[in-house]
Amino acid sequence: MTDLQNITGGEQAPVLTVQHLTVSVRTEGGLRPLVQDLSFTLNRGETLAIAGESGSGKSITSLAIMGLLPPPAVRITGGRIALGATDLAALPEAQMRKIRGDRVAMIFQEPMTSLNPVLTVGAQLTEAIRAHEPVSRAEAKARAIKALTAVRLSQPERRMTQFPHELSGGMRQRVMIAMALALRPEVLIADEPTTALDVTVQREVLDLLRDLQREMGTAIILITHDMGVVAEMADRVIVMKAGRMVEEAPVARLFTAPKADYTQKLLAAVPRMGGPDRPAPMAAPVASLRDVVVRFPIRGGMLSRVVQNVHAVEHVSFDIPQGQTFALVGESGCGKSTIAKALVGLAPHQGQITVAGQTVTETMPRALRAQVQMVFQDPMAALDPRMTVGDLIAEPLVIHGLPHARDRAADLMARVGLSKDQLDRYPHEFSGGQRQRICIARALALNPRLVIADESVSALDVSVQAQVLRLLQQLQDEMGMAYLFISHDMAVVDTIASRVAVMHLGQIVEMGTRAQVFGNPQHPYTQRLIEAVPQPDPTARRPPLPRLAGEVPSPLHPPGQGPARLRLIDRGAGHLVAEA
Amino acid sequence: MVYVTRRLVQSALILLGVSFITFVLLFVLPADPVRQIAGRAATAATVENIRAQLGLDQPFLIQYGRYLLGLIQGDLGRSYLQKTEVAELIGSRLPATLLLMAAGIVAELILGLTMGIAAALYRGRALDQALMMTSFVTVSAPQFVVSLLLLYVFAVQLGWFPIGGYGTFAHLVLPAVTLGILGSGWYARMMRSSMIEVLRADYIRTARAKGLTRARVVLRHALPNAILPVIAMIGIDIGVFMGGIVVVESVFGWPGIGQLAWQAIQRVDIPIIMGVTLVSALAIVLGNLLADLIAPLIDPRIKLK
Repeated sequence: MTDLQNITGGEQAPVLTVQHLTVSVRTEGGLRPLVQDLSFTLNRGETLAIAGESGSGKSITSLAIMGLLPPPAVRITGGRIALGATDLAALPEAQMRKIRGDRVAMIFQEPMTSLNPVLTVGAQLTEAIRAHEPVSRAEAKARAIKALTAVRLSQPERRMTQFPHELSGGMRQRVMIAMALALRPEVLIADEPTTALDVTVQREVLDLLRDLQREMGTAIILITHDMGVVAEMADRVIVMKAGRMVEEAPVARLFTAPKADYTQKLLAAVPRMGGPDRPAPMAAPVASLRDVVVRFPIRGGMLSRVVQNVHAVEHVSFDIPQGQTFALVGESGCGKSTIAKALVGLAPHQGQITVAGQTVTETMPRALRAQVQMVFQDPMAALDPRMTVGDLIAEPLVIHGLPHARDRAADLMARVGLSKDQLDRYPHEFSGGQRQRICIARALALNPRLVIADESVSALDVSVQAQVLRLLQQLQDEMGMAYLFISHDMAVVDTIASRVAVMHLGQIVEMGTRAQVFGNPQHPYTQRLIEAVPQPDPTARRPPLPRLAGEVPSPLHPPGQGPARLRLIDRGAGHLVAEA
Repeated sequence: MVYVTRRLVQSALILLGVSFITFVLLFVLPADPVRQIAGRAATAATVENIRAQLGLDQPFLIQYGRYLLGLIQGDLGRSYLQKTEVAELIGSRLPATLLLMAAGIVAELILGLTMGIAAALYRGRALDQALMMTSFVTVSAPQFVVSLLLLYVFAVQLGWFPIGGYGTFAHLVLPAVTLGILGSGWYARMMRSSMIEVLRADYIRTARAKGLTRARVVLRHALPNAILPVIAMIGIDIGVFMGGIVVVESVFGWPGIGQLAWQAIQRVDIPIIMGVTLVSALAIVLGNLLADLIAPLIDPRIKLK
């Protein structure tokens, strides 16, 4: 070791060295490379971010290091992965197994599905320890509890006996981190570790990872598509595109002076908070909600009585002005999607919802349904794979008995930037962004007054996301419909909305123009949300988010009870803030 | 507990429905049980006499009402021909059938699950294809053919097992395997697809990332998740089993209720047919309940309500 240190000029030897790594998939047309000629080093205690959009090969790289490439189709076809003196690329499975989890560990994107649902947290943690160290059951248990304490989970002894479904997403990701770090690996690979989490939880998990890294000196490879997370966490960054590295740079230089065109484009596409103000003139409302309440009963017992109610939406009132974009933001479970369902008459509600002057009910007339259309999050799931794109776009016209459906569909394709020659193709022949354009075309087919976009750009890569956002804006300018834009992503909302309402546990806590809510947030919850958003600016490192004390609030209440109703107070110029 | 009570009440209703439908079917049946009892030479007067004695001259609803009344008191009636209590007949034969059924299910699971797991692990390779081919054959082969084949090879030619009868473990093997073979193809296919799906799950990747051995990943992480849909299937499968048991018991001379039913159907012995049907229905209902009670023991997310 000392020799090596001398050679590298007093610096430590890298923990991990990847040289000319090539990973290929076997296809009918021969080997096709997924990662090509990738080289990098990783030093002790360092965080290296591998950033890129889908298909860039960043996840394949991490699986290659772990020896978890899906056999037999995908395999390493060239290069070395040196962990210390060992070449992982050439190691037989039996020995690779001993390294996995012990010297190189990994945490994954989906905390909801990455833990085995039928085993307790304790069983999964202790087996990870006992797979590598010859310790007794009791000793493994003690170490597991220590690991859970280290990731700041409350009541670690109780967590040991719980099953994954009894924990929230953030807690599960902490369990994953505890499992990965229990054996103090030299390298931790974190593949989109916070992508599936709410922003405030994301902040807590990122803070935790950074603290543990400082304590243990673990080297982290952070795989992410989120440039905000990169700026927040990384020391060095590799930008990948289509299996190749396009740029490698220290984080500060990457953001201030990106060299590669692709990096520049990528950074330009990242939605940012702030920016030029957009006027939000008061216009006549196209839709309004007054005192809307949606509750879902939970039944139980011998006679299926209502034992609890989920208070999904509580006394929500707002107007969506004609031709403008009204955004609902909030964390998962806050009731924002339920409002969308109620607006199209798919959720039973109390209170008054009107669209274009008519009352929305579950049995509303078809003509009124045509006024409100939806665009969903996952464009693949939202398009019937067995219908051609032409049929999909024309379907609403056919249902409503309108003529010239085919010609209209061709028009709409052109409007959303696709060619009418593609009408006879099937959804799987399009990319994710193109599919979302198809969904938008379908939503526009009936000339609706209101389009509800429920997380419509959340599943898209940033560059595609920027294009789709631009398209939405352009269509609104041309056709004059209003959008109800529902998103958990504050930065995206900030780039498109003119008015914003922040929801928490079914109620609106703050509402106003975009400038009022994001520029001058008044409610503590809004402040916390905005504070938690990772900024694509490495100079803006902020202190860790103060953790909230006490129980996680729940929208479940026994019959006859409910949350305290928040009163909104006008803080001037229509900026409504809930009383704390 | 609330759950079990509710399910038992449901089961009683199901049995009531089954009894009604079976009764209707037997009532409209062209075969006349009285003729069977009286024999061909009997005079019209004798026939009518017996009919009145058995109450078969009464309108349908009264006949059914009487039967129900008896049923509630635990009285399944008397066999027309053997003049014994049906409850007694079934009671004396039920243990043999239950034993055969249990052995059949065990055989089925051992064969089916092993084949399914092996096929999933060697997906797309020769072993997988061979096993899936085998499963096709076992699903399509009629039971009387399988049973005769097994009898010929293992009892007649090799002499490893007795040709028929009841008593020792050796007597049990061939009928149980016959019963098991049919279902094993189903289970192999189900287990294979369920296992393939589970092996793709994120938590399997996590388990591998921990550095667990392949055996541990498969047995401890994949198997309990993959077996869940199969367990639900066992409950339903008991119905199919009852059908198979009639055939298998007859071929192997197994003194169970299947054989009893077979004889009773030939002689239109309505009380026995009713009794066996109800007991089978009860077995199916309880089997399903049992399967539903086992599921939450494996998967803690399943809540019974």
